[in-house]
Amino acid sequence: MKIAIASGKGGTGKSTVAANLACVLSCTRDVVLVDCDVEEPNLHLFFPAAAVDVPVTTPVPAINLDRCTFCGECGKFCRFGALTVLKDRVLVFPELCHSCGGCALVCPQGAVREIPRTVGRVACSRPIPRLTLVSGVLNEGEVQAPAVIRAAKMLAEGHPLAIYDASPGIACPVIETLEGSDACVLVTESTPFGLHDLSLAAEVVEKIGIPAGVVINRSDGEDAPTMEFCRERDLPVLMTIPFSREIAAVQNRGGLICRDLPGWEERFAGLFERIPGVRP
Amino acid sequence: MIVCITARAAGTDAPVEERFGRAPCFVFVDTETGASESVQNPLIDAAGGVGPRAVQMLSEHGATVLITGQVGGNAAKALEAGGIRAYAYRGSGSVADALAGYAAGNLTPLSLS
Ligand code: SF4
Ligand code: SF4
Repeated sequence: MKIAIASGKGGTGKSTVAANLACVLSCTRDVVLVDCDVEEPNLHLFFPAAAVDVPVTTPVPAINLDRCTFCGECGKFCRFGALTVLKDRVLVFPELCHSCGGCALVCPQGAVREIPRTVGRVACSRPIPRLTLVSGVLNEGEVQAPAVIRAAKMLAEGHPLAIYDASPGIACPVIETLEGSDACVLVTESTPFGLHDLSLAAEVVEKIGIPAGVVINRSDGEDAPTMEFCRERDLPVLMTIPFSREIAAVQNRGGLICRDLPGWEERFAGLFERIPGVRP
Repeated sequence: MIVCITARAAGTDAPVEERFGRAPCFVFVDTETGASESVQNPLIDAAGGVGPRAVQMLSEHGATVLITGQVGGNAAKALEAGGIRAYAYRGSGSVADALAGYAAGNLTPLSLS
């Protein structure tokens, strides 16, 4: 069972939900929590522990100048500008390369070879018994977030229960995370902006065809428009986390409400059982 | 010598465009013969990496001098590697005006590193 936690935008409390859910589930079973927000992974802050790093590489072209005729085909093909063919040399901008492999295919001379380049790493740790944390970390300035997400998900492969924390927004890293998930939890806030972002995220999830439910975070009690939206879209509201000083205080010091506040362990356990498609 | 000037449209009367990779048009002028050739930039709507790709186009046309408003870091690297000198033209004049400014030695070289 693979459950993705997503949100239309950042700061809605997606990581909070992922961390609390994983923590609660680890009391009763083995769970792997995968931080797929590779540009800004933060789940390790909830679960400090020593980690083992695995580098993530992607292939980038290297030009064999003995064969290259500087015909320019590879440079014309690359839509990311990672190759510039000049009169007597080929410039490679590895940080622009998306590793599509096309330049090697179009080169009439077979002059393009691919060499691995490190774009990030995956950090694995075991912070509490029965919880494995896998964090994808994209190196600064790199564009290959999907490659790091793939690597992180691959390391979590085979576990009976995986929770993926997606990056905020609805761009390609989120699609990469949702790909292969069995269910999705959308985290939102009960503001007009929150609703707008939720509707975008809901659309993406619907297109990919994953059953989904909604968690309303920092609720001020004025949730009617969000509830209405969820009813229209057939999205069950799985849980509502109220806005409260007590909760905010726990979050601010990086704590887990399921551990620090009474009643929340049960609520997160209940959230899990309500996720569409979950067989508890 | 072939000079490339980034322009909003074809021809030497067209206004100079300050952007390099996303300029609508590249006007190549052969300073010996005075002949000019205007090439529509196929990259204006491209997703990214337009700078280095535009440099490849310049190289294919044999340009050794570029006159434009500004260039990005990767384009600068490619220009330097390709031995193409770049000059800044900041004004609302035409391609011909920019060329005259270059010939008179009034344009400042764009720093490429
Ligand atoms: S692999 Fe694809 S993205 Fe990378 S340089 Fe070649 S054509 Fe460009
Ligand atoms: S396509 Fe091949 S031969 Fe042509 S410039 Fe590129 S590497 Fe060289």
